[in-house]
This record gives sequence, C-alpha cells and structure tokens, in this order.
Amino acid sequence: MSAAALEARGLTRHFGALTATDDVSFAIQPGARQALIGPNGAGKTTLINLLTGVIKPTAGQIWLAGRDVTHLASSARVRIGLSRTFQINQLFPDMTPAESLALAISERNGSGADFWRALGSRPAIVAEIAELLARFGLEADMDLPTRKLAYGKQRLLEIALALATRPRVLLLDEPAAGVPEEERRDILAALAALPSDVAILLIEHDMDLVFNFADRISVLVAGRLLAEGAPETIAADERVRAVYLGEDAHG
Amino acid sequence: MLTILLDGVAYGMLLFVLASGLSVTLGLMNFINLAHGAFAMVGGYVTALLMNRAGVPFLVTLPAAFLIPAILGVVLERTLYRRLYGASPLDQVLFTIGLVLMAMPIAAYLIGDEPQQVHLPAWLSGRIEVRGVGIGVYRLFIIALCGAIAAALQMFLIKTRFGAQLRAAVDDPRVAQGLGINVDRIFAVAFAVGSGLAGLGGALAADVVGGIDPSFPVKFLVTFLIVVTIGGSNGIMGALFGALLLGVLDVAGKYYAPSIGAFIIYAVMVVTLVVRPQGLFARGEGP
Amino acid sequence: MSVPDSAETMQRLTAHLRRRARWRWPEILFWLAIPAAIFVLPSRAGIINEVLIAGLFALSLDLILGLTGIVSLGHAAFLGLGAYAAAILASKGFADPTLGLAFGAVVAALVGFVTAPLLLRGGDLTRLMVTLGVSLMLGELANRNGWLTGGADGLNFSMAPVLGLFSIGFTGQRNAALYSFAVLFILFVIARRLAHSSFGLSLTAIRENRLRAGALGVDTRRRIIGVYTVAAAYAGAAGALLAQTTQIVSLDLFDFHRSADAMLMLIIGGAGYLYGGLIGAAAFIVLRDVISAATPEYWEFWIGLALVILVLVGRGRIAAAPRRLISLIAPRAAHRGVA
Repeated sequence: MSAAALEARGLTRHFGALTATDDVSFAIQPGARQALIGPNGAGKTTLINLLTGVIKPTAGQIWLAGRDVTHLASSARVRIGLSRTFQINQLFPDMTPAESLALAISERNGSGADFWRALGSRPAIVAEIAELLARFGLEADMDLPTRKLAYGKQRLLEIALALATRPRVLLLDEPAAGVPEEERRDILAALAALPSDVAILLIEHDMDLVFNFADRISVLVAGRLLAEGAPETIAADERVRAVYLGEDAHG
Repeated sequence: MLTILLDGVAYGMLLFVLASGLSVTLGLMNFINLAHGAFAMVGGYVTALLMNRAGVPFLVTLPAAFLIPAILGVVLERTLYRRLYGASPLDQVLFTIGLVLMAMPIAAYLIGDEPQQVHLPAWLSGRIEVRGVGIGVYRLFIIALCGAIAAALQMFLIKTRFGAQLRAAVDDPRVAQGLGINVDRIFAVAFAVGSGLAGLGGALAADVVGGIDPSFPVKFLVTFLIVVTIGGSNGIMGALFGALLLGVLDVAGKYYAPSIGAFIIYAVMVVTLVVRPQGLFARGEGP
Repeated sequence: MSVPDSAETMQRLTAHLRRRARWRWPEILFWLAIPAAIFVLPSRAGIINEVLIAGLFALSLDLILGLTGIVSLGHAAFLGLGAYAAAILASKGFADPTLGLAFGAVVAALVGFVTAPLLLRGGDLTRLMVTLGVSLMLGELANRNGWLTGGADGLNFSMAPVLGLFSIGFTGQRNAALYSFAVLFILFVIARRLAHSSFGLSLTAIRENRLRAGALGVDTRRRIIGVYTVAAAYAGAAGALLAQTTQIVSLDLFDFHRSADAMLMLIIGGAGYLYGGLIGAAAFIVLRDVISAATPEYWEFWIGLALVILVLVGRGRIAAAPRRLISLIAPRAAHRGVA
C-alpha cells in the first residue's frame, strides 16, 4: 500500500460519445509540489471535478490517504483532507471574509452543526481566523461583504478558504487566472508560503509560475496523461513541445 | 371500459392542447407561466360569448378563440413577460400568480360570475356506436381535431425552418443569436401560438367542464402543471404523453376509485419529479 | 506582526462575528410592545392573534426561504398538518393546549423530515413543483378521510385552559392572543439563536453558494433536511395555535393561497433576517382588511397588482425600505435578501 496522499487509478469519464478523461493514473506524495498542465480543453478541470467528487467517474478509482474515496460524497472527501479552489471564484458574496473563514474552520473542527452557541464565541476559532486573515493580507477587509473586495483579494480569499480546512491535499485550479498584474505578486507569495506538509497540485497556464513552483509536472492532453516528470524533463520532452507549439498562441 | 378509455383519451387530448403552450414556455423557454390558464379562459369566453350573444356558429368561433388569446399573448409578452425571462423561478411564479389574480376579477367584473355555457351544435351532440363501443360524438371530434393539431405541431417543429430555428434557439439562445436567428421574435411567436392553443383548448373544453367561469385559470392550473411535469421537456410528444396519461388516469380514477380522487395524480407528479428531476426543463438546472 | 495589532484584530474580529447576536433596544421594545398592545387594545385581540400566528407561519418560511434559499410553494402543508393534529387530539378528549401544540409541531416535523429529501435533487423549479405537489396530496388526503378530519364540515372540539389557568375559548380572546404571543416569542428566540450560530452560518453559505459550501466540508444534505424539519415544526405550531385559538379547522389550511400569502408577507417585510415575516404579516393583514372593506369582491385584484409591481420593481428594492428602518435592530442583516 503506497503512502501517496492522493492517487488516481485508471480514472475515466465519458460524456456520451466524448471521453473527457481517459484512463488517467497518477499519485501525489505528501508535501508534494506538483503541477498539471495542458492545452485548453484538455480536461484539467474535469479531472479536478472527478477527484473532488463533483462528478462521478465512468471507471477507475480515487484513493485519498490510503482510503478508497471513489464513491464518497464531495463534502466527506473534504473532511478527510482533500480541498480545492475554483478557476472562477466560488465565494459567498454577502458574507464577509471573517465569516467565510469561520464557516470553514467550524466545519473542520466539528462545531459546524452547533445551533446554539453564537458565532465568535470560541476564542480558538477566532484566533485561527485572525491568523489566516493576516497570512493572506485580508485583515483590513475582514468585515466587508466579499463582493466588495478587489478581485485579487477575492482570489486570495479563495485560497485561504481552502487552506482553512487544513487539507492534506490541495488542488489549485488556476489561482492566478484573471488577476491584474499588480495583485499577482500577492498570489505568488501566498502560494510560496503554503505549508510544506500539504501536498499541492497546481493547475496553471502560466509556465513561469509552473516552473518556479513545481517539483513535478504532469501533462494532460485530450484527457490522457501524456507525460509526467521533473520540470527539466518535461521542458525537454518533444511530444510536450509539439502539443504546445502546434497550438495557436492563446494557450 | 373502452368507453372510459376513450373518454380519458379525449380528455387527455384536450389537456394536451390546453397545456401545450405551457409546455413550450416552461419546458423549452424555462419560463414559468402560471397565468397560462387565463388565456384558456379568454378563448373559452370568446367562443361562449360569440355563440350566445352574436349567434356565431361553433366552428366559426374556434379560429377567433385561437387568435384573440394569441394576440393578447403577444402584447403581454412584449410588454411584461420578456422582462422576466432571466429572473429567478420564484420571481416568475410570483409575477404570473399576480397576473392570474388580476385576470380573474377582471373577468368577473366584465362578464359576471355565472359560468358561460357553450351549446354544441346538433351534429356534434349525441353518441354513436363504433363496433359496439359507445362514444360521444363530441369526444370523437376532440380526439380528431386535437390529434391533428398535435401532428401539425410536431411536423412544424421538425420539418419547417421556423421549427428548426425554435429548437436551436431553445438549445442555446446565444449561439442561435450569433447564427443570425432572431431569438426574440421566435420566443414571441412561440408564446403567441402557445397562448392561442390554450384559448382554443378553453373553447373546446367549455362543454366538457360545464362552462367557463372566472375561476377557470386556477381550477386547472395544477392540472396543466402536472401535464408538463409528467411529460417532461421532450417537446410536443412529451406533453402529449403526459396529457394522455393524466387524462386517462383522471377519468378512470373518477369512475373506479372516486375515494382516492386526485391523490394519485399528485402522487404521480411528485414521484416523477423525484425520479427525474430534470423532467421539467430542457437544460440549465441540475441536481 | 506586533502584539498590540494582533489583540486589536482579535477584538475587532470577535465584535464583528458577534454583532448580530446581541439584542438591541429596538428589538426589546418590539417584543415588549406586543403584549402591551394586547392589554391596551383588548377589543383587537382577535386580529392581533391572527397577525401573531401568520407571523409565526411566515417566520417558519423565512427559515427555509430567506435563510437557506430553499423555495417552496407548499409550506401550507405543515400549517394544515399542525392544525388538524392539534384539533384531532382535542376532539378525542386531550384538550390541553400545550400538549396539542407539541403534538401539532411534532407531526408536522415528521412529515417535513420525510419529505425533505425530495427537495435535494433538481433545481428551484423542481422544488416549487414538488412542494406544491406534496401539499396538494396532503390536502386531498385530508379531504378524503373525513372520518378523521371531518372533511368539509370540520371538527368539533374545545380547548382546556392553557397551563390549567388561562381559558382561551370564545371569552378568552385576550388570553388566546397572549398564548400565541408566548409561543411566538419562545420560538423566535430559538430561531434567532439558530440563525446566529455556526449552523445558521452554514445555512447562509448554502444559500449563497451551495457548491462552495460543500467544497468546504458542509454536509449540505443534512443541514437542509435539518432546517426543513425545524421549519415544518414551526409551521405546525402555527397551525396548532390557529386551530386552538379559533377552535376551527378547515381544509383550506392546505390551500396553495396560504403558502402564497406567507411568501407575500416575507416579500413585504423582507426575507432573511427573521423579523420580516412578522412585519410583513402585520402589514399584509392590515392592508387586506383595509382593501377588502373598500372593495370586498375585487380585493384579489389589488393583491395581484401588488405582486406584479413588486416583482417588476424588484423584490430587493421594495424590501429595502422597511429594512433600512430595521437596520437599527438587525445591523447588516438587512442587506441579506432572498436569492
């Protein structure tokens, strides 16, 4: 039994005649810094949706920390330690960052269903919220409705929320997407500062970010894993270059 | 027994014509129009009033029973309904309920509370025997006419260019627009035809349900919704199936098991929705 | 990060998170004013009672619609269930009101619990139809089982005094209103605590972004079933109160228009901050009595017109007016609206 934090075995997903995910197998080790790249339409987000349980696989298995979670509900996988961020922010528009983080932390430590004690009455949770707010530079905006935050801050909150669940494995779906130049540095800094015991799979188009961040890169093309290995290996791989160079310049 | 089956089929056909417009707006355009019954009521009144006050023959009133609600539908669609195409289902429900609540007192005020009767011409009354099975002439007429309408609608959707455009517009309005299809106009026409059919259905139903009165829209609202629910969003054929099923169940139920009454119908609807929650709409909403 | 910053942050954070849980003086005034009104205007006890009960029913709808974003066209099912449960119990000789109240709430809660899973699949449209369907089914069942429900004739029953002391029969109008008030107040306080707890926060999250709530580990199924059951219990309690204080039950309690009225009340008063149902109930009933006194036959028309205008103008914008006034009571809860 491998000690992989997250493992996919023969993962396949059909949508009618379309095969979005084609027999994908890979493993992410604890503490890993791994990236998943591929041209548009390769099926990266579908793969993330499969891993997190948003959609069910047609075939294959998913193992999380040594457990078969293939048929486990999304929210249950989060509780075992698999979290993700979304390519397009999925936040709570009228809740404040403080409240959003409070939600994530309460759920994690088991007091999410408490219907009697008032919000903010547990100092330990409040302390953790404060720490996360500080870490992501969101203190000043802690009590604003999320929809009033600048886009870059929203993106940071997107990551902070996932981190608040203290995952073993964190799947980041294009965290820098759409972020204006001035605010990108904050995102990159936040990524660099992520805890070292969390395994991270980063999906990105930005090659600089990918090569800076990842120890290991997987390449997904048309639903299949084309290649996997260290950054230098991938950069030198002929097939990978063909896929990217053969593509138009909006990849 | 066969008589009951045929009665059920006739009732189902009637429901189909009445509800087909709702099936279009609800199933194809994702718009909940709870005021649909009001158009049926208008059609029924057109026929009843033309016959009773102006002596117009029954068959001649039918085109008017179609046209007047259709025109009314276009007017309302252009002025009011289109503002709510993107609104939440709750908003659409509340809005159209509001419209119905306004329509009924208006009818009561203009025409009165008494049910307006439609007196069928002699050639449509009575019963005939077909191979030993008795059936009302009017029931046969309904089955024939509504069946023809169903066939015509299906042909229209599949064989004509407008039908193809409608299907495209329903599938993906933005892409259709990009292809040069005037989605706005198509929805307006679809709405008009749906309202017109409701009116025609109302005119045909007047005799069967004992006259048209101001409470008609709410009395039959749930029935229409159930037809569309059970039939799903599979266009004309789905609505036809739902209507026939409901018609037969309703008539048979009243005859064989009057104590259960409408319970079975509601239960069928709930079960359908639970098993196939996507049965109501073409796309967009999922689990 | 220096220590004073961090302590200040903690304080600000705690104050922010707790801001809604604190009772403000306008709220306290509001709740004192009601029994005061009952004592000062004993001749109006009947209509005050009606408002309180309608307010409780609207509150129960607010829990699912305003707080959690679950649409329902069939909430009247629970009103009818609670009313008939309490009435049937009393007609069999168990005339203690508190017992009947508890029984009504429990019966409604059970049915709510059983039917809640039906809401989980499909979108809003499916939910609207399923809830409508269930309430129609229950109405039919009540209709067809006259041996139990009395059918169209209703039931004959009378209530014992509340807590053995306060008679709520025909001569006890004032007591009836006070009884309803007591029940409403207690249930409101519980709902208020629930709304401001972690559980309540997760409901808000489900309303605002169900997908993300699940992605943060919230068991959305369980929460929705939970709040729906509670809301059903509250509606059942309202039904029981109605039966007990008017000593009448009728099949129209299951009618669609009861559900629609409650929604209208929530729209008028504003959904999502718990007071909206109460304010809306008062406004609705007063308006209804004023309008139907003026035009008894056509008052439906004006309600319809009000609905149409409300939707066209935008539910949020209309509800904003009373909400701005209320923002003293429930700060920043006022900008939460129905999804």
